[in-house]
Amino acid sequence: MRFSFLAMLALLVCQQASAAARIEHWLAASGARVYFVNTPALPMLDVRVVFDAGSARDGDQYGLAALTMALFGDSSGPWTADQVAEQFEAVGAVFGNGVSEDMAWLSLRSLNENALFDKAFATFKQVVAHPAFAAADFQREKNLMLASLQQRQETPGAVASEAYRKALYRDHPYGHLSEGRPETVAALELPQLQDFYRRFYTTANAIVVIVGDADRRRAERIADDLLADLPRGEKAPELPEVVLPVASSESHVDFPSSQTHVLSGMPGVARKEADYFPLYVGNHILGGGNLVSRLFNEVREKRGLAYSASSQFNPMYRPGPFTMGLQTRNDQTKQAVEVMNSTLRDFIASGPSDAELQAAKRNITGGFAMRVDTNGKLLEYATMIGFYQQPLDYLDTFSAKVEAVSAAEIGDAFRRRVKPELFQTVTVGGG
Amino acid sequence: MRMKLAAALLLTPFWGAQAASGDVHEQTLSNGLKVLVKEDHRSPVAVSQVWYKVGSSYEPQGITGISHMLEHMMFKGTQAFPAGEFSRIIAENGGQENAFTGDDYTAYFQTVEKSRLEICFKLEADRMRNLDLRADELTKELQVVTEERRMRTDDQPHAKLLEQFNAVAFVNSPYRNPVIGWPNDIANYTVADLQAWYQKWYAPNNATLVVVGDVSADAVFELAKRYFGVLPSGEITPLKPALEAPQSGVKKVTVKAPAKLPSVLLGYKTPVLKTAESEKEAYALEVLAALLDGGESARLPARLVRGREIAVSVGAGYDLSSRLSSVLTLDATPAQGRNVYELEQALKEQVDLLRDELVGDEELQRIKAQVLAKDIYQKDSNFYQAMELGMLETVGLGWRKADEYVDRIHRVTPEQVRDAARKYLREDNLTVAYLDPQPITEAPKPAKFTGGHHAF
Repeated sequence: MRFSFLAMLALLVCQQASAAARIEHWLAASGARVYFVNTPALPMLDVRVVFDAGSARDGDQYGLAALTMALFGDSSGPWTADQVAEQFEAVGAVFGNGVSEDMAWLSLRSLNENALFDKAFATFKQVVAHPAFAAADFQREKNLMLASLQQRQETPGAVASEAYRKALYRDHPYGHLSEGRPETVAALELPQLQDFYRRFYTTANAIVVIVGDADRRRAERIADDLLADLPRGEKAPELPEVVLPVASSESHVDFPSSQTHVLSGMPGVARKEADYFPLYVGNHILGGGNLVSRLFNEVREKRGLAYSASSQFNPMYRPGPFTMGLQTRNDQTKQAVEVMNSTLRDFIASGPSDAELQAAKRNITGGFAMRVDTNGKLLEYATMIGFYQQPLDYLDTFSAKVEAVSAAEIGDAFRRRVKPELFQTVTVGGG
Repeated sequence: MRMKLAAALLLTPFWGAQAASGDVHEQTLSNGLKVLVKEDHRSPVAVSQVWYKVGSSYEPQGITGISHMLEHMMFKGTQAFPAGEFSRIIAENGGQENAFTGDDYTAYFQTVEKSRLEICFKLEADRMRNLDLRADELTKELQVVTEERRMRTDDQPHAKLLEQFNAVAFVNSPYRNPVIGWPNDIANYTVADLQAWYQKWYAPNNATLVVVGDVSADAVFELAKRYFGVLPSGEITPLKPALEAPQSGVKKVTVKAPAKLPSVLLGYKTPVLKTAESEKEAYALEVLAALLDGGESARLPARLVRGREIAVSVGAGYDLSSRLSSVLTLDATPAQGRNVYELEQALKEQVDLLRDELVGDEELQRIKAQVLAKDIYQKDSNFYQAMELGMLETVGLGWRKADEYVDRIHRVTPEQVRDAARKYLREDNLTVAYLDPQPITEAPKPAKFTGGHHAF
C-alpha cells in the first residue's frame, strides 16, 4: 500500500515535470504557426523565427541560402551593421542566425526585463523584416564565406563531409553542404539574394518559437509584432523525393594527413516516418550511445583503432543521412573499415539482444529529463516539433514510444532501410 | 548620452539580484574531500563532477600528457567494477558521462535523473582509490590516445600553430606542454608511470566533489559521507612553483602545415587572478580582451573584419582563472590580398590604442552589460554552473570567486584598462606565431581498400 502510494506520488511529480515543459501552439495574426514554452525560473527570453529557406532551396546556386542569411545582422532598417551589433550588445542581448538543409533561422536571447527586452526586440525586428542588402555588406560577407570555404579544405574531416554528401544525394537538394562551393559562391550576385529573400522570407513560410519567462499574452504580442512587417507570400514548394543510390560505391581523396577519415552510409529516414523510433533505438545500440555501443566497443575498446567510432541517423524533411564514421591512422584504414562493416552486418543480420534493447531503453528513457532541462534545449525541441509539424505531445509521448519498440521492429526497420549493398563510402587521408 | 544612462539605470536592479542568488553549500569530509552543492530545482536532474587537482601543468618532462592518459584509464575498471562496467551502469541508469583534462585539472562527470545520484557516487568513490591499471588495457588505450592526438592536433593546422606557440612563448612554465602530451612521451608511458601518477594525485584530499541540480544539500552531504567518506586520505606533496622566467624581447616562430589560409597569433605574457599584484589587474585584462573581441560590436570584428576589411577572422583570448601566469592572445586570418605581417601590425595598432587612449563610457558599459547578461544566461546550464565552481576550487581560487565576478567586472575603470595595457601588452613580453600554409593537393582516386564494387 505504501509502495503504490509512493509510486503514485512519483507519477504526479513526473507529470508536473513534463507539464512544466508544455508547448503551446497558435497562429499569429499573420497566419504563421507559433510555438511557446513558458519557463519562469530564469529572467530571460528566447525568440526565434524559422523560415523554410535552408540550403535545399539553393537550386544550382549552392550557398545562396547561407549567403542570404549572412546579410541578416548587417545593415538593417535605418542602421549600419556596427549599430545593429552595438544595440544588441548594449542590453546584453545575443543575436544568432544560421541555415541547415531545411531551415533558415534568426534568434534573439535577451533578459526579459521589459525595458531591456524591448530595446533588443526592436533591433531584432528591424533585422528580421528590413535587411538592407547593402552592396558593401554583400561583398564583404561573400569574401568571408569564400575564405571559410577555403579553410574547410584544410582538414580531412571537412573534405570527407562534402564528398560524402554528394555521393549520397547526387543532384538532390541535399547533395551539397549549406556553405556551397567556392565556384558557386563566387558566382552569386546581390539580386539573386534579394530574389531569394522575397520568395522565402514570408509569413506563410515561417514559424515562431518563444521560450522563457513570459506569459501567453506577451508571447502573442511578440510573435505578432515580429512578423507584422513581413509579406504573407507563399509556402515553399515540396522538396523532391530522395532517390536512393542504385549500387554501393567507394571513393578516396588523397590528403596530406596522418589519419584517414571514413564516412559510410546512405539516405536514412525522414523526420515524420514511423520507422524513426525503431531506427533511433536500434542505432543507439549500434553506434549512437555515449561510450556504450557496438561500434565504440569493437573499433575503440577492443582494438584501439580510433578515438571516435559512431553511427547516426540525421532525420530531415526528406530522409537525411544514415552515417557511420571513424578516423584512424592511414595504414590501418582497411582493418578499421572491415571492423565497422562487419559490426553493421552482424547487427542487421541478428538485431539487438534483449539485454542490449533493455539497456538502451533504460538509457534513453532514464535520461529523458536531461533532454528538456534547459531553455536552450527546449528551444531546439520546440523548433523541431514546429518546423516538422510533429505532435505537440511529442515530448510527453517520447518515452512511451521508445519503450514500445521491439527487437523485431528494429531488425525489420534496419533490414528495410539500411542496405550495405547501397552504401556510399568516402575516405580522405594519406598513405 | 541618453542611451548610455538608460542602460546603466536599467541594469542596476540586477546587481543586487545577482549577488543574492545561487547559494553554494560547502562541507569538507574528515578525509579532506571538499563537497560543494548548489540546489537548482528547475528540472529533476543533477550533475555530479569530481575534480582532481592535477593536469598537464603538474607534469615533468618525459611524461607530458600522463594526466590525460590516466583520465582515459579511469574508465578501464577496478576489482569491484571491471573494464566497461562503469560506463555500462551509468548508461543503464539513464546517465550521460565523460571526463576532461586541462592544464590545471582532471574532472569526471555524470548527468543523471536526480534519484540516480547515489550510483554515481558509488562508482566514482570506487575508482578514486581502487583503479586496476592493466598492461593489456594500456596497450589498446595508448593507440586510442595517439589517434586522438592525430585527430585533434597533428591534422589540424590551427591546433599545431597553438601547440608550437605555447612551446615557444613559455620557457620553463609547464604551460609550454600540450595537454594531450608530446607524441614521443605518449608512446613511452608504462603501467608503472600511470600507477605512480594515480598514487600521487588521486585521493579525497586532492579532490572536489561538485553537485548541481534538484537535490537537497544535506542529503548530498550524507550520500557523500557514505561513499567517499570511508576512503583514506593520501599524502599530497605540494608542487614546486615553476614560475616562468622573465621574457626579455619578442619571440617569433613559423609553423608550416598543410593549409589554405595563413594566420597570425600574438600572445603577451600576463598575470592571472592568482598571480597578479592586485586582482584588479586581472579583471582589467578580462575587460580589455572583451573590448577587443567580446561580441560583434567589439573592436577587432568592427574595425578589422568590417571597417578596414583586412581580416576574415579575428580573436582575443584571456583566461583569468588559470593556476599560473599565462598569455593574453590576439589572432587574425588575413583577407584576400593581405598578409600576416599587415595583420600583425593592425593588431598591434589596436594594442597601442588601448595603451594611449581611455576607453569611452558607452563602450565600457556595453562590455559590462554583456557580462551581466551572460551571467544570467549561464544559469540555464547546471553543467556550466558546476564547472565554474569545480574549476575555481581546483585552481586554488576558491568557488566564491564566481559570486564576485560580475561585481568586480562592474568596478573596472577606463584607467585600470589603460594601465594594464601599458604594463603588460609590451613588445618585450610578446610571442608571435605565423601559420605558413603548405600545399594541399586533393587527388580523388578509386578507393584502394576494397577489391570490388560492393564493400560488404
